[in-house]
Amino acid sequence: MCKSYGKLQVLRHVSVEFSRGNVIAVIGPNGAGKTTLSKAILGMVLPDSGDIRIDGESVLKKYAYRSQIGYMPQIGQYPENMKIRQVLQMIRDIRKDVQEVDEELIGLYGLKEMYEKRMGALSGGTRQKVSAALAFLFDPQVLILDEPTAGLDPIAAEILKGKILKEKKKGKLIIITSHIMSEIEEVADEVLCMVDGQVKFYETIPELKAQTQESRLSRAVAKIMNEEA
Amino acid sequence: MNKIIKYVLLDIVKSKIVIAYTLFLLLLSIGLFTLGGSADKGILSLLNLVLLTVPLISIVFATTHFYNSYEFMELLVAQPINRKKIFLSEYLGVAFSLSGAFILGVGVPVLLFGGGLTGLYLLLTGVFITFIFVGMAFLASVSTRDKAKGIGIALLLWFYFALIYDGLVLFILYVFADYPLEYATLAMTALNPIDLGRIIVLLNLDVSALMGYTGALYKSIFGSLLGVGAAFGLLLLWVLLPVLSSRRIFSRRDL
Repeated sequence: MCKSYGKLQVLRHVSVEFSRGNVIAVIGPNGAGKTTLSKAILGMVLPDSGDIRIDGESVLKKYAYRSQIGYMPQIGQYPENMKIRQVLQMIRDIRKDVQEVDEELIGLYGLKEMYEKRMGALSGGTRQKVSAALAFLFDPQVLILDEPTAGLDPIAAEILKGKILKEKKKGKLIIITSHIMSEIEEVADEVLCMVDGQVKFYETIPELKAQTQESRLSRAVAKIMNEEA
Repeated sequence: MNKIIKYVLLDIVKSKIVIAYTLFLLLLSIGLFTLGGSADKGILSLLNLVLLTVPLISIVFATTHFYNSYEFMELLVAQPINRKKIFLSEYLGVAFSLSGAFILGVGVPVLLFGGGLTGLYLLLTGVFITFIFVGMAFLASVSTRDKAKGIGIALLLWFYFALIYDGLVLFILYVFADYPLEYATLAMTALNPIDLGRIIVLLNLDVSALMGYTGALYKSIFGSLLGVGAAFGLLLLWVLLPVLSSRRIFSRRDL
């Protein structure tokens, strides 16, 4: 898959395959194309060439497949003058076909107590909580979380990590982009490293550690990056 | 799709601009009808003001609304909804609310003061103009991500259709005054929805006698039911053109 914004090539022949029941961490320096990759899976960014398949079926120019995906954006943008309750109600109203909803995060984050607050008046962290609650709301098979814990307080981040592990056990595919290595080490199974729009490496965490003979993920990654440089 | 339109409408009604617009049109029409004396005169002056303000307000409101709804649309594109549906819902939501305001603000006075068939034509024209200029506003909005630029393009479009175009037509008529231009002016009229709307209404008032040969030709063409039908058909084309092209752009670009 390739994608460029004007002259800037963001994704250069990225080709990866993710399988269910895994938590995959996408890492890489700022501007490496992590967010673009996740937006492409969601169909928000259209690739210049290449294909995206879920269960062997191409999803380009389709939309129904998105019922299988929960997305938590890096910076959640919401209509400013809607209240939390209205946003949640609206999305649920639009997705009436889904009978069972997963309200665990709404409860854990105490969003019900803030239902009447306007989205425009919320802090960045609270917005993130709403985003997280929305992403998990319809019990999707694939979760794409773009820097989920950035801006969350430690307790909220812990809750989210717990939720991620719980969903993973149900056999879901979870894709996380993050910069925090300790966090990745806690929840992820595999690491996909991107640099300048290309895949640098894609390994499981134990393999990475074995290869570099380091006990900590952050060191292992740093070692590989330094070797290449 | 109906649900999304519902939320767009709710959002617009909450902003109160549409209510102010309705009141403005209501005051304008009642004022002109009571000032003008006869209903025909009232409709004539109303027509001129409507053809100036309705496009302007429609295009500016729709453009700002589109940019302000970016968050809403971003929220929706992550859901399993067709992008084209999101776009059309936005369009219909804005167009419905603005034409609703127009029908309330102008239609009620026209009915009260006895506008007749001409009044009906005025209403239809106004609704078409609203749909056309909301479409143009969306076309301007999808062509750039920069809000200021988008509103600039929208204003330019209004400027062109409401003011510059007539100047151009007059200039051509003046330069080529020695040639028979009846059919050429007819064609030029079709290229501007505002002129088209003006002629539909004017020819149903008795002022067309003042427009000379061209007026006579127009009368013979637009005076019949078929001619009026054709004119509204052209207006419909003017609606579809910007809407379909902007929908195409919207469904093929990155968000």
